[in-house]
Amino acid sequence: MKNINDPKQLLVSAIESGTVIDHIPARTLFKVIKILGLDRISNQITFGTNLDSKTDGKKAIIKIAGVFFEDDDINRIALVAPNAKLNIIKDYKVIEKRVVSVPDTITGIAKCMNPKCITNFETVTTRFRVVSKKPVALKCHYCEKITDQERIEII
Amino acid sequence: MKTRSLVSIDDLSTEEIIRILELAAEFEKNPIQEILHGKVVATLFFEPSTRTRLSFESAVSKLGGKVIGFSDSSSSSVTKGETLYDTIRTVNNYVDMIVMRHPIEGSARYASEISTVPVINAGDGANQHPTQTLLDLYSIQKTQGSLENLNICMVGDLKYGRTVHSLLMAMSRWKTSFNFVAPEELRMPDEYKLYLKNLGLDYYETADLSEIINLADIVYMTRVQRERFSDPMEYEKVKNAYVLHDNMLSDTKPGMKILHPLPRVNEINADVDSNTKAYYFEQALNGVYTRQAIICTLLGLK
Repeated sequence: MKNINDPKQLLVSAIESGTVIDHIPARTLFKVIKILGLDRISNQITFGTNLDSKTDGKKAIIKIAGVFFEDDDINRIALVAPNAKLNIIKDYKVIEKRVVSVPDTITGIAKCMNPKCITNFETVTTRFRVVSKKPVALKCHYCEKITDQERIEII
Repeated sequence: MKTRSLVSIDDLSTEEIIRILELAAEFEKNPIQEILHGKVVATLFFEPSTRTRLSFESAVSKLGGKVIGFSDSSSSSVTKGETLYDTIRTVNNYVDMIVMRHPIEGSARYASEISTVPVINAGDGANQHPTQTLLDLYSIQKTQGSLENLNICMVGDLKYGRTVHSLLMAMSRWKTSFNFVAPEELRMPDEYKLYLKNLGLDYYETADLSEIINLADIVYMTRVQRERFSDPMEYEKVKNAYVLHDNMLSDTKPGMKILHPLPRVNEINADVDSNTKAYYFEQALNGVYTRQAIICTLLGLK
């Protein structure tokens, strides 16, 4: 546990109750916000980005007051923030820590890389089966082509 | 909304494939049956494929059903900008089944999810064409007596050939040995070789057909298309290496058969046609029986 008085910890203010998502790559912060729908809720949210991290280069952190995520919801960010860590906060204390894991199926988050896929022609919700978790490889439910880690684009 | 459609060969279990092949054999013995009396089948061909469309229409007609549809998208509302979604939602009100060919990959899966009636994929871009695979399996089983432990030699364009990929996946269920004969630029993609390796199946690659043709139970020919080559000189160099002539067949196995999904251009010389090992036109006939079996299975009529 880092000291609460560590100046790095004070860059983003503490919350009384809610969820802190840490170790988000800085470049995917806004994708995480979008995937979790944080741009559409009225809860108090603070975030910091381009923070120095020993392990991730530049990282981002999000603190959401009064929101607790189900595993299925939070795993949706695994594609863009595979090393994200969650701290569940009650009474200013971390009561639980969680990591994200890549789910077996991905619905409506990623774009199929095949330009000839129906999902790139009509308004079809994309669906993938995760055929490899590390590195991530997604098999399109429609065109059956593989979209690999480097080519994953978030819708 | 859940109906039984056929989009990909992997939609079928091995038992279901065997059952369809048995049914096809029944239709071969007795092709004219009034099973589809009063039923209407739509053939929606967003890109032309005369052979596949006529084969389906023949299958439906022999079963006493009626066919409606179009044979290329210029004669449909697509030219007015209609979405596939709207086309399927509309047409499924008129018919008991939809047979669809479409240039966009995944379109058949999508259509099957929208449609209230079964959809048969008659080819979705470079993706799947399962009825071709089933008629290939039927032809192989019929000529070899079984699907087990065969040596299959695939020749020509193994990189882009949808039919060889689907056939490889399907035949791998029956311990097949594969030989791949292709020019350097059109070799079998790694993902399929890996697929076989993971199943513990043997394959051998060569650029020289004469090296392995005598081992084959089935020689599966495909067309080497000029437009597949980035360098036209490369095409000129290899184009004749993958042409089958009658004199190449003298030492092949007596029961060997030559298959080809058709249309053929010049990759099988006309002098092969009279050889008893040539089987591609019978294969096309088998397509009608196989499609009769598929249609009846999906409609729950057999």
